[in-house]
Amino acid sequence: MKNGKLRLIISLAVVALLYAGGCLVEHLEGTKSMVVTVLQKGAVYALIAVSMNLLNGFTGLFSLGQAGFMLVGAYSYAILTIPMAKRAAVYQYYDGGWVQFTVGVIPALLVAGVVAALFAALIGMPVLRLKGDYLAIATLGFAEIIRAIVQWDTIGPLTNGSNLLKTYPTLKNIMPGNTVLFTFIVVGICIGLILLLINSTYGRAFKAIRDDEVAAEAMGINLFHHKQMAFVISSFFAGIGGALLAMYQGSLQANSFKSSMTYEILLIVVIGGMGSVSGSVLASFLFIACSEWWLRFLDAETMVGDFKVPLLAPGFRMVVFSVVIMVVVLFFRKGIMGTRELWELGGRRQAKGGRRIK
Amino acid sequence: MSEMKANENSVLRLTDITMQFGGVVAINNLSLEVNQGEIVALIGPNGAGKTTAFNCITGVYEPTNGAVYFHGKPIAVNHPQGRMAKQYGGINGDLYKDRKPVVYTPDKITHMGIARTFQNIRLFKSQTAFENVLIGTHLRRTSNFLTATFRLNLREEKAMREKAMNLLEIVGLSDVANELATSLPYGKQRRLEIARALATDPTLLLLDEPAAGMNPQETDDLGEFIVDIKNRFNLTVFMIEHHMNLVMDISDRIYVLDFGKQIAEGTPEEIQKNPVVIAAYLGVDEE
Repeated sequence: MKNGKLRLIISLAVVALLYAGGCLVEHLEGTKSMVVTVLQKGAVYALIAVSMNLLNGFTGLFSLGQAGFMLVGAYSYAILTIPMAKRAAVYQYYDGGWVQFTVGVIPALLVAGVVAALFAALIGMPVLRLKGDYLAIATLGFAEIIRAIVQWDTIGPLTNGSNLLKTYPTLKNIMPGNTVLFTFIVVGICIGLILLLINSTYGRAFKAIRDDEVAAEAMGINLFHHKQMAFVISSFFAGIGGALLAMYQGSLQANSFKSSMTYEILLIVVIGGMGSVSGSVLASFLFIACSEWWLRFLDAETMVGDFKVPLLAPGFRMVVFSVVIMVVVLFFRKGIMGTRELWELGGRRQAKGGRRIK
Repeated sequence: MSEMKANENSVLRLTDITMQFGGVVAINNLSLEVNQGEIVALIGPNGAGKTTAFNCITGVYEPTNGAVYFHGKPIAVNHPQGRMAKQYGGINGDLYKDRKPVVYTPDKITHMGIARTFQNIRLFKSQTAFENVLIGTHLRRTSNFLTATFRLNLREEKAMREKAMNLLEIVGLSDVANELATSLPYGKQRRLEIARALATDPTLLLLDEPAAGMNPQETDDLGEFIVDIKNRFNLTVFMIEHHMNLVMDISDRIYVLDFGKQIAEGTPEEIQKNPVVIAAYLGVDEE
């Protein structure tokens, strides 16, 4: 018991330190610096990766619909928060659009999650009866359908068709100078909630379904209800993640939520470890740092004296990433963390509370 | 042979159960009854349809024909329909024509109080022994996902953990509670599976070859163990088993299945002397 409390205090202290560090970096380096960009986008991707891990890593549902639910969340947020004065300009081809009211940032974030969850509930009903690869293909298909519908001209007054959505509140203008803090707080709360869920009796049921569906059902676990629950909750947080991504990007277009975005997140989840929340968080910062910062040089044509370095050309970064995926999948299938969490490292795995009762 | 007399002590009753897969009749017109507090064994050569019978009871399969009652309540009723009506190969195919089919999924049936173990152990691989049993307590929860996430169910959670630990102690596995389930020796995994089944608060326990792969000493212990938990939890036990010593030692009655048909029924002594059973197991001399 003492041990558990100590661990909790240490964990909270570490989290507080990370938050303080993030704030400090922003104040020292300025909001436009590369490291702050990585912290912002890394945190957003961390939330999305954890939400995908809840489904793929903890419940064993191989779903590839994440980009679709992010899109729903991002659009819900943007549509609801564009200031009234600017609607006419944004929806210039659609007479100012249908939505003629504006809500605050936090309610809009919540609505983004709820709308994504509603879509998931609808899509889940037919799709979750499928298993394995079939589920992956079906969810991937639905994500593409969502993207196509959003760009559909008939509902243009709502979504602005294939035009940009912009001038909604972004990270930079809601808490100027403290963008990292804002992102970390929202993401931290969401990941905290997912962690609490995973460690509850429902989380155990999810893991049971992942390990053995037949046995889980024989233990009285209603497969469909629990899968649906995991799917909806995962999409709720993916929706909030999508909204945060929209805030990070500053403008929004359906075309950027392609299935390649889902693969990026899947890559993060696999690198971090299927079934490890802290692994997903670590991997997402690592991945974003690499793709936005450390590996940028791969895309730039570089001259060493008169010699042009071969292979370095726009797009080569993605080639390197593909190789990384293959190496990870072939040799490090468990990822950085496997199914463990950071705070479980060192010492054998313990069933929490198993000792307490004795 | 169709509808048996209603019996107040009846826990499980199968009437005219036929299970046909395509053209293969895995079980043909099986009727049996398990009464309160009994240990009943289902035996038969390999491929006789024993596990198929279990799967019909637990909702994994939908029987082609016949009915299953649990404490007098129908939990599966069916008659050959659609294409199966034409290629039906069992008997008594028209007995249940007027009955409305009843189908329950396995989780609903576990809710009603039938718990089972599996022939090829199916423990949750990535979980510890303790967590495996803890999952069995999930179905009796009163919390929803919100109260569970926000830890508003602390009392229930504590009760679940205590119950799981208690069960591990009863099956003698409390010292390995925090070991990964799959790292345990075979015999302990079998006991763990029984503990996990008990965590669902069953009134009827179905054991599918609980002694498979055990040595004679372990098998003897298991026999005592089954009788012990039966008395302790006021259970009724229905089991499939190949170890004849175990079957003859602890069961009150035995049903014998061969090629999907019931060939004998009786007490252990009667079954041992039954020439039909001997013939099924050893084959008959042609001369």
